[in-house]
Amino acid sequence: MTSEGLQISKEESGIIVSPTKTITLRIFRYNPKINNESKFDEFKIPYQRWTTVLDAILEVKKHLDHSIAVRYSCRQASCGSCGMKINGRPALACFTKISELNSDVITIEPMNNFPIIRDLAVGFERMFSTHKKIKPYIINEESEINPGTKEFLQTPEDVEKYIQFSSCIKCGLCNSACPTMATDSSFVGPQALAQAYRYVADNRDKGKDDRLKIIDDSHGIFRCHFAGSCSQVCPKGVDPAMGIQLLRGYLLGFRD
Amino acid sequence: MRESVIMKIHYGTALASVALVAVHILFRLTQGFAESLQYESVIANYEFLPYAGMLEIILILLSIHGFNGLRVILLELKQGPTFEKSVSYGCIAAMALIILYGSRTIFMTSMGMV
Repeated sequence: MTSEGLQISKEESGIIVSPTKTITLRIFRYNPKINNESKFDEFKIPYQRWTTVLDAILEVKKHLDHSIAVRYSCRQASCGSCGMKINGRPALACFTKISELNSDVITIEPMNNFPIIRDLAVGFERMFSTHKKIKPYIINEESEINPGTKEFLQTPEDVEKYIQFSSCIKCGLCNSACPTMATDSSFVGPQALAQAYRYVADNRDKGKDDRLKIIDDSHGIFRCHFAGSCSQVCPKGVDPAMGIQLLRGYLLGFRD
Repeated sequence: MRESVIMKIHYGTALASVALVAVHILFRLTQGFAESLQYESVIANYEFLPYAGMLEIILILLSIHGFNGLRVILLELKQGPTFEKSVSYGCIAAMALIILYGSRTIFMTSMGMV
């Protein structure tokens, strides 16, 4: 159907097919069960205009080296499983097209600030524990699921205050990009702080004081340097840096 | 003390220090800069009580701000309960020592004991 080069073929159905090019993937390899040395393996693979980095990795796994460890699931930027460092920048492999990287060599590494399990697979224990710590749910005695209670009505303005923060898919890219996470092993992290804001700003929630107490410690919200890299790498358009600043407003008494 | 209270003090001391150090620098402009740093001129400044009081306040503000800044930097460098306690108490002790030593200098000079 297609061949390597510049030829553009046209199927009988009228669908235009792009020419196939090749790309070199440099994939980080590390298996602590074998030894503590890491290395990069290089693979040349064909790609199309629409090929994502995850597609390329799966192509390598299928035809060249099935032992590469990678975590993935939905392939549509919904599950947040395939976060990794692509050409030095944290990104979702399923949401990054090779053709958009403008590079003949793509270096793929595991995310920073996460312990490496093997190759590209990292452990999420720290992120999930800080996420749980900030109580990521609505705290309200008058639960709307109790019989006889009314549903909690919200105006569009009420929803607007937190809605972007509820798009978080817990992929960990923000924590990977955070410079404070790199040095402070006890820092709460932008993911948990953005989620704390998401619930504090929700007018159905009554757990604001509890959450503010949790994040108001020596490794809490005030260790954020406002580098803003968390917001730059978020694949869902969440702005954790802004959430952190708004949350600081509550703690410093600028917001009620 | 909660971190938000400490950081409020941190930001407050920064703003107040900027204002008072600006006053301090403006005082240098009341005469030639080199003249203002001559021995007699410096001693005269200390003996002028409102000015000595301002220097004392600047000393306290900058010590609080600076040593809290140092504490924050050190807490980010390394973690652990023993290290964090040592850093916190160490910074408070160093801050107190600097304030005491600086206050002694200001007090002695303003009383004409130098």
